[in-house]
Amino acid sequence: MRSYRTTRRAAAIAVTAALAAGLLAGCASDDGDDSAKDTGGDSSGKTTLNVGLFGVFGYQEAGLYAEYEKLHPNIKIKQTTVERNENYYPALLTHLSAGSGLSDIQGIEIANIAEITSTQADKFMDLSKVEGASKDNFFPWKAAQGSTKDGKLIGLGTDIGPMALCYRKDLFEAAGLPTDRDKVAELWKGDWKKWVDAGNQYKAKAPKGTAWTDGAAGVFNAAISSSATRYVDDSGNYIYKDNPDVRAAFDLAADAAANGLTAKTGEPFTEPWNQAIANGKFATISCPAWMLGTLKDKGGDKAKGKWDIAVPPKGGNWGGSFLGVPEAGKNKEEAAKLAAWLTAPEQQAKLFAKQGSFPSSPQAAAMPEIKTAKNDYFPEVPYGEIFSATAADIPVQVIGAKDQTVQENFVRSGLLLVEQGKQDKDGAWDAAIKAIDNALDQ
Amino acid sequence: MTSTGSHVTAPPSNKGGAAPRHQNSDGANTARNAKRRSRLYRWDMKYSPYGFIAPFFLFFLAFGLFPLLYTGYASLHQVELTAPTDMNWVGLRNYSRLLEDDFFWNALKVTLILGIMSTVPQLLMALGLAHLLNYRLRGSTFFRVAMLTPYATSVAAATLVFAMLFGRDYGMINWFLGFFGVDHIDWAAGTWSSRIGVSVIVIWRWTGYNTLIYLAAMQAIPKDLYESAAIDGASRWKQFLHVTIPSLRPTILFTVVVSSIGAMQLFGEPLLFNPGGGANGGAEHQFQTIGLYLYEQGWTNQHLGRGAAIAWVMFILLVVIGLLSTLISRRLAKTH
Repeated sequence: MRSYRTTRRAAAIAVTAALAAGLLAGCASDDGDDSAKDTGGDSSGKTTLNVGLFGVFGYQEAGLYAEYEKLHPNIKIKQTTVERNENYYPALLTHLSAGSGLSDIQGIEIANIAEITSTQADKFMDLSKVEGASKDNFFPWKAAQGSTKDGKLIGLGTDIGPMALCYRKDLFEAAGLPTDRDKVAELWKGDWKKWVDAGNQYKAKAPKGTAWTDGAAGVFNAAISSSATRYVDDSGNYIYKDNPDVRAAFDLAADAAANGLTAKTGEPFTEPWNQAIANGKFATISCPAWMLGTLKDKGGDKAKGKWDIAVPPKGGNWGGSFLGVPEAGKNKEEAAKLAAWLTAPEQQAKLFAKQGSFPSSPQAAAMPEIKTAKNDYFPEVPYGEIFSATAADIPVQVIGAKDQTVQENFVRSGLLLVEQGKQDKDGAWDAAIKAIDNALDQ
Repeated sequence: MTSTGSHVTAPPSNKGGAAPRHQNSDGANTARNAKRRSRLYRWDMKYSPYGFIAPFFLFFLAFGLFPLLYTGYASLHQVELTAPTDMNWVGLRNYSRLLEDDFFWNALKVTLILGIMSTVPQLLMALGLAHLLNYRLRGSTFFRVAMLTPYATSVAAATLVFAMLFGRDYGMINWFLGFFGVDHIDWAAGTWSSRIGVSVIVIWRWTGYNTLIYLAAMQAIPKDLYESAAIDGASRWKQFLHVTIPSLRPTILFTVVVSSIGAMQLFGEPLLFNPGGGANGGAEHQFQTIGLYLYEQGWTNQHLGRGAAIAWVMFILLVVIGLLSTLISRRLAKTH
């Protein structure tokens, strides 16, 4: 009896200890975030450079880190990625003002670059003097976006986001739509509205459980990306309420959602969105060049070879990012060299060939291998030719410091209401404007 | 005792050369030593406790009081996340604007609703479970440990798993409901379904914790109360109602207060339950608690001053809850 009790007690203690250990392990794993601390050299004398990014930049996937490490045997590169920029960016600002917790290189989204250059300029290194980096390496508008008022170049352009439309050949065929990319482009030539109209055609014979496009957010992003002015005018005044282009894009997206043309994936880069890509739940998606990498990443082998790419109704730019080197980093000089190398024309061309992110460098865009680029995830698709053509149609956009806040609220406090069947488009517009006004008011 | 002894003997051994004098003034020395010892002893009794609790207060000062006061200072300013050290004095504007801020009132309402939806079932279930665990059970230690496991998991891990369970297209709950012909429910999008989802996570995490507190209190109830009740012919249910519950009154008040404070600060669950990952608590802000609104203003919208004012309102509300509970417990003690 006694021994039975002791074993029982021992078992209880063991269970408790195991739980406690699990708990401690859970806490301990948080330490990984503190990447700034473990820079410096490790025991083998190598310098570790931390690269902090969001979403899919594709450097790792395209093997560029490995290549750089081979060229510079004393460098080790470690990348940390946050899925959504919305979570990444506030943390970046906090780290910048604290001067700690920063990676040696930090990615900056185009929606935030205006705020970074206007408020955080002194926290980033001027990269124009770094070997291999030059303003001339980038499209003039891209270089201007990455520069401060006094001419410091603090953000090196990684890529730009010329638009195309990606479509699933298998779903188009099942719904009786043409699958040849030129004929597909004819469906919506000239007007984003025609793209939504084609969706109604698709819906009539759509395979069960599939929708025309991912979500109202995608439709809105696509349509608004063709406009030169969006949320602020040239002098920085907010015009998101009165700009007819914004309202038109909003209404188009709301109509698409209300007509049941969307797969109701909510916001892009979320779990439901990823799952919809993986399971082939929609037939078209607005496709800036970098989206190809995302489609490949989330779609996996199941969707390999099923996507094709067509010229969009209008040229536009959605996204494209920058790399900056925080002044507070421990290995600034080495980090600047790496950032310059990663964004140099040759590497941008390689990135395009492997991942599809379109070069922000005219020299790279002019390279013959860009036009002939092929990607085995999108076999037979001359995507180099398509994106080169649409890149030429990009309007020079006026960007504002708070573009991200405005755009996000149009989607999450407005269009999602329509997609979830809670509001009509006017009600959703009012709700969105109310949320934006509140968010912008200091 | 040994440590005080060594203290007293230490001085003579240090001054080893003073041996002859030591012989002469032996009596005086012992008296002085005794006096010193009693003084040290008195100091020890008087001041050591302060020394022992000092670390807590130092940490509280650095990580509790200072941030609290600094937040109060920031709440009187316009401060942006892009430049946290540039402060513009705006007086009480950050507070007065809350009065006409629909998003704030919505957050307050949601916090209250979620507080009731999660606390009431949680405490009732905890009471019932504690009653069951109070019986003689085989493997009672196992059950007690198992009760506490949800409490020991992290909010983030638990919420992410629940968010998957509540998923619209591939969630297990919708899959299960599908067997009964229920269409897929978009849990996170619905007004009440999302609130149910968030409440379930809170209930799951905290029921076991409250169960163990109730169980401990139940075990302190004298057995003879139950015996005499049984002799009087009271059923187990009657015993629970008329013996257990009244004896648990102070404990119940304690758990209600602790749960209310927890509900007021609800943050991680609704943040991570949102598939968009944002702090807006759904498209309608249907599960945006005060904690989430604070975070949205401070970090997403980057208005630290406005966020700080919300934090202070939250703090004041917590103080009110604390005062109310003190009042009630005083009255309880009087009626006892």
